[in-house]
Amino acid sequence: MKRFAALFTALDQTTKINPKVAALADYFAEAPEDDRLWTVALLSGRRPKRTVTTTLLREWAAARAGLPLWLFEECYPIVGDLAETIALILPPPERREDRSLTAWIGEIRALSALPPEDRRARILAAWDVLDRTERFVFNKLITGGFRMGVSQKLMTRALSRATDIPEPDLAHRLMGDWSPDTVSFETLIRAPDPTVDLSKPYPFYLAYQLDDGPESLDGPPAGWAAERKWDGIRGQLILRGGTHFLWSRGEELMTDRFPELARIADYLPPGTVLDGEVLAWRDDAPLPFNALQKRIGRKTVPKKLLTDAPVILYAYDLLEWAGEDRRALPFVERRALLEAAAAEVPPDAPLRVSPLVPFDDWPALAAERARSRDLSAEGIMLKRWDSPYRDGRKRGDWWKWKVDPLTVDAVMIYAQQGHGRRANLFTDFTFAVWDGNQLVPFTKAYSGLTDAEFRQITAWVRKNTLERFGPVRSVKPEHVFEIAFEGIQASARHKSGLALRFPRMARWRRDKPAREANTLADLQAMLAAYG
Amino acid sequence: MAEPLLTFTDRGIYCPDGDFHIDPWRPVDRALITHGHADHARDGMGRYLATEGAAPVMRHRLGDIRLDTVRYGETRTVGGVEVSFHPAGHVPGSAQIRVARRGEVWVVSGDYKVEADGLSTPFEPVRCHAFVTECTFGLPVFAWRPQADVAAEIDAWWRGNAAAGRASILGAYALGKAQRLLAAVDCGIGPILTHGAVENTNAVLRAQGLMLPDTVRVTPETDTKAHPGALVVAPPSALGTPWARRFAGPGGAPSTGFASGWMALRGVRRRRGADRGFVLSDHADWAGLNAAIAETGAERIFVTHGYTAIFRRWLAELGYDAAVVETAYEGESLDADADESDQGGQNAPSPREDLEKGL
Ligand SMILES: [Zn+2]
Ligand SMILES: [Zn+2]
Repeated sequence: MKRFAALFTALDQTTKINPKVAALADYFAEAPEDDRLWTVALLSGRRPKRTVTTTLLREWAAARAGLPLWLFEECYPIVGDLAETIALILPPPERREDRSLTAWIGEIRALSALPPEDRRARILAAWDVLDRTERFVFNKLITGGFRMGVSQKLMTRALSRATDIPEPDLAHRLMGDWSPDTVSFETLIRAPDPTVDLSKPYPFYLAYQLDDGPESLDGPPAGWAAERKWDGIRGQLILRGGTHFLWSRGEELMTDRFPELARIADYLPPGTVLDGEVLAWRDDAPLPFNALQKRIGRKTVPKKLLTDAPVILYAYDLLEWAGEDRRALPFVERRALLEAAAAEVPPDAPLRVSPLVPFDDWPALAAERARSRDLSAEGIMLKRWDSPYRDGRKRGDWWKWKVDPLTVDAVMIYAQQGHGRRANLFTDFTFAVWDGNQLVPFTKAYSGLTDAEFRQITAWVRKNTLERFGPVRSVKPEHVFEIAFEGIQASARHKSGLALRFPRMARWRRDKPAREANTLADLQAMLAAYG
Repeated sequence: MAEPLLTFTDRGIYCPDGDFHIDPWRPVDRALITHGHADHARDGMGRYLATEGAAPVMRHRLGDIRLDTVRYGETRTVGGVEVSFHPAGHVPGSAQIRVARRGEVWVVSGDYKVEADGLSTPFEPVRCHAFVTECTFGLPVFAWRPQADVAAEIDAWWRGNAAAGRASILGAYALGKAQRLLAAVDCGIGPILTHGAVENTNAVLRAQGLMLPDTVRVTPETDTKAHPGALVVAPPSALGTPWARRFAGPGGAPSTGFASGWMALRGVRRRRGADRGFVLSDHADWAGLNAAIAETGAERIFVTHGYTAIFRRWLAELGYDAAVVETAYEGESLDADADESDQGGQNAPSPREDLEKGL
């Protein structure tokens, strides 16, 4: 654990990419093979199953530190991280013991077979022999959510440096349904056997946001294909060995959540992999995102939901065909293969090819983009006709040109202190619009301002607090912010009767007096138009 | 019935019997000042009373003020009330102010820390009936390590950077923290350069007899290449500005570090975006606050700034008669300093401006 904690410290102590990659590459070159594999697993989001509830951990930690539980609970939101809070409040270790990362993970996993009293004893014993950083790491292993400030991309780069295997190959090998129990460093990374994991997806290619309009792109419009950007769940459908798998972009296996997609396998041959968007669909049009939302987070689907919110795969790329990896082909050829394959599928089966948006020049495409909201689309996707299917977020070939967000000017009425990175600033605000002479709260937002602006508003909040409700303060209704959001829907749970999607602060409208903020009627009009 | 010995007004802490304020934030006739930081020693008071050790910095900051000084432990009578100043260990010259009337004793802590920092006169507990205390770091997650350990960490960082041909820029408040660090690091590792704001305070403190290692003031003319492997001590607001980028050496961009109690929180450390965070504060940690309060023997505790609501509840559960007092004191701010002085440029902020920010 010492070596792993040292790696964690090295990664945590720098904000620069090169030293991070170097620290990881050193670790991959030196650490025992089991620890290496677990590190790859952790940094690609695979973690040991939780064997102790966080409620128990809090109780045990507070008791060990001799503090009342309420005091622990007050500290946690200020620190912003449970594992860190526990590591900080515990008394210093009484003695030290160095066991490998794999051994500690084994210890954590073994807890599930023990009665609660023994679990407590084991955890306290572990805390007693670990220093502060090791405790933090240990707690992170128990509570999950291990981030370490390293993306999978950086980890892959470091692993590539340590093993001399090219990055794209590694990115592919690290995909899919594996855990340190089912593979070894050797079989996963050094000498993989493709037949072992039929479900293994390809790394998703992710588009960059187009900020400056398509005129800023390379080459003439004819070099680019345009599609609509749909507001669904990105998915990769894999047909291999007579069965099928559906992966989310977050590498979650979603096969059982969308059982209707099984029908696609009746018409397409094994050795086919499609990339597309899972959409709730009725009468040849997508349903609003909240229809699909009901299907997310359900492991199995009741019959009624299958008829209320049936889904299709809106395919836009073909990555494997006849068992061959086709990603190196230019998009124009992959698209032709995709269309030919989809032609074999009857129209009532849940597969469509996302149509192209024809256009002659950029102004014509801009006009198409302007129609997005009416078509329940989020904007336009631009893909270079001659580009391969790359992995991860790479600039140049795929762009998302999103429709401008909806905006409303609102008055800040409540403020709450942030946590973690922004523990000593006021960052979480509640906003209201006018209903006659009343201010009606309708949304919270906590992002979009610069650190300098957060500092200014924090100083202002301190001086203009009207009342305190625990951590929340009501403030003078004085400052107006432009709130940007992606969508609006009716909501019975909110006082205002509506809820926003992805609200954030777009601008601090210092030029606007509070009286000139928008009204509830304005929001209701937006709800009628776009809800 | 007599009024309480101290009351809390919208101008500051007030003693009706003695007709004086302690660390007032609005103009009053007579002000007793705990220490020279800008949230405690402000402009515009008719008369000031402070320790001999705090006076030079106050004069430097506030200019031509009517300032009377006392030694630690010396008793004065102000309007029939006994007052005396006792070491708070926060920064050189900082004091707790003891106020007594007919055997009733109140103490106002100002800002304090209980660990000796090698530069300030160490904190001394003062017995009292009522204690007015700060609690900037009044949460059990704050537990400082000994200064020597932190200094060793800074030395190792500096040494590593020097070996790699990089400068080390350390952000620390211009009054107190900066000098404490200068006195604590191993000045054999390399040259020490200082931002103008730090050096101006150094000059004031050296003139009153404090021993600091040799430092070189950075001016627009300074050839930064002429001091390879230097430690550069600057106010936090100078980090990340063109001023700091001047120190790029053969090993690339300078490494940046911050010394503050807030660096105990990983989230804050990451937000500040420095390469390294060193956990070092001029305020008491959780254990320090609790020990200091216990040693006063006081039954009544007033908490002035920091995590006041939480700390008050903790004290109440321990059996103290504890209350929160709203004040304008700001504790150890990581952010307030940066607002006005992010001016980049080659010009150092004026010392006065910077001291005001360097709480
Ligand atoms: Zn202070
Ligand atoms: Zn203060």
